Amino acid sequence: MLQITGVSRRFGDVTALADVSLEIRQGEFFALLGPSGCGKTTLLRILAGFESPDAGTVTLDGADLLGRPPHRRPVNLMFQSYALFPHMTVAKNVAYGLEREKLPRAEIRSRVGEVLEKVGLSAMAGRRPQQLSGGQRQRVALARAIVKRPRLLLLDEPLSALDKKVRAEMQLELKRLQHEVGITFVVVTHDQEEAMSLADRIAVFSAGRVEQVDEPVALYQRPRTPFVAGFVGENNLFGGRACSVGLAADGLGVLPGSSDMPDGTSALLAVRPERVRLAPADAVADAPGVLRGEVADVSFYGGVSHVSVTVPGRQEPVLAAVQGATRTLPGERVALSWAPEDGVLVPQ
Amino acid sequence: MRKPRLLYVPFWATYVFLYAPIVVLVVMSFNAGGSPYSFEGFSLKWYGEFAANAEIRRGLVNTLIVAAGTTVLSTVLGTLMAVGLARHSRSRLLDAIGVLPAVLPDLVLGIGLLLFYVWVQLSLGLHSVVLAHTVFGTAFVAAVVRTRLTHADTSLEEASRDLGATPVATFFRITLPQLAPGIAAGALLAFTLSVDEFVIAFFTSAPTEPTLPIVIYSMVRFGVTPEINALATVLLAVSFSVVIAAQRMTRLTESFS
Repeated sequence: MLQITGVSRRFGDVTALADVSLEIRQGEFFALLGPSGCGKTTLLRILAGFESPDAGTVTLDGADLLGRPPHRRPVNLMFQSYALFPHMTVAKNVAYGLEREKLPRAEIRSRVGEVLEKVGLSAMAGRRPQQLSGGQRQRVALARAIVKRPRLLLLDEPLSALDKKVRAEMQLELKRLQHEVGITFVVVTHDQEEAMSLADRIAVFSAGRVEQVDEPVALYQRPRTPFVAGFVGENNLFGGRACSVGLAADGLGVLPGSSDMPDGTSALLAVRPERVRLAPADAVADAPGVLRGEVADVSFYGGVSHVSVTVPGRQEPVLAAVQGATRTLPGERVALSWAPEDGVLVPQ
Repeated sequence: MRKPRLLYVPFWATYVFLYAPIVVLVVMSFNAGGSPYSFEGFSLKWYGEFAANAEIRRGLVNTLIVAAGTTVLSTVLGTLMAVGLARHSRSRLLDAIGVLPAVLPDLVLGIGLLLFYVWVQLSLGLHSVVLAHTVFGTAFVAAVVRTRLTHADTSLEEASRDLGATPVATFFRITLPQLAPGIAAGALLAFTLSVDEFVIAFFTSAPTEPTLPIVIYSMVRFGVTPEINALATVLLAVSFSVVIAAQRMTRLTESFS
């Protein structure tokens, strides 16, 4: 539906976007994920029409999008700051876009009422934005955008201004709404948990480039670049060279992993903390791929505990996640291992 | 911490220095006697006197016409200039030159305008004073509105465009309402500045159509009478209330954003 081809944008010496190509499908919840300054917001502003690329094309339903000014695009943007008009009531804010389309009054009134109902703000229609809570403002911003029934709804860090509880609530709300209205959503976020829980597919950005486009589970289980392996979720990364049974790690010997890379290729081995098996040092016999070390720190998070283990021959500690509370104590000697299929090799 | 008492002396002395002349002027305007220097009892007779003075009334009407014309022209031009400078220009030089007439010496502006009028063969009259006052009035309005614009959130204008509003509709429905308090403050400022402006009006008015400050000046040349004091007190009251209104509006604006 939306086809982005070879889009580049520079600001002076800074490359915001370098040859970005993406395809976004009808009805999809798509996330642009990356650290701040990676170019994802620039791409969003290009789609909305507030920025033009130096090179590349964007088509929506096969028709060129870049040649049209922002007010003639079937695309709406929900601003990070919400950008609600302070001198208008909630109902007026929501009606604004429909009034610009010169729709009949009765239709505007019914559509505004309908959408306010949908976001649960019918009672607030007469209020000013200043009189609303953060979560309510966000709903108004969302209502104001979806009431236009755009082909594409862009959301710039939609949940970043909310506190944790409201954020979790709105996350579900966003998903429900997207399902209900059937509009294609493109959300920009730096929060990988947010992207994972919301999106059908995620494009990970780094320094203006697309690193990987995948479904959340695939992105988590099969990172294809070192950046994605490090950015999406916690990971233990080992540097070395690929070999037939995994990775010949620098200073640690052969570590188990699954790979179809030719032997000797420079690679990273990524192992998720929850895949690392933790055992008392004397309970495990020495074998290739078993790491021994000393527990440096134990952090309890409720449902899960993180145990960080210093392993001789490696600077950073190895992180193991254990279900619930653990009886392991700092200073204890432990053995670490994982199944070969849990070690993911990433070309470097 | 104890505050050193001695520091209060220069503090209050400064206030006396600033306001004593004005207090004397206001007090003397209620003088029952004819001398502007010795108080001989309370009376409102000088207020009646100046109200009955045809020359003063004529000056006042002229001044109000000039101030009204100046306010309208300055507000429209100044607002447009501020929006242009803030949203559509990247030139710092233009930005600086735009508000320069606000700080240009009146004498320079007055002589310059007079020469210019002669050159383009514009007749002198109230219209020439209005144009002259509009020069600095526009700069003041632009400066006030410009500050407001730099603080304003550009995402509101973008949101309006995004929701399907043309640039023109966005200006009238979003930008202008956002700026309204600043524009009103600028308008009041232009009005007060025009009401008591003397130097530029002196150069650019016709002798047959003097503004109030020029009338007062020609009366004072033959000695200050309590009548002048009464008139000055009225002008003071008008200026003060307008300036205070303008300040409150700007404060309102800031708390708004």
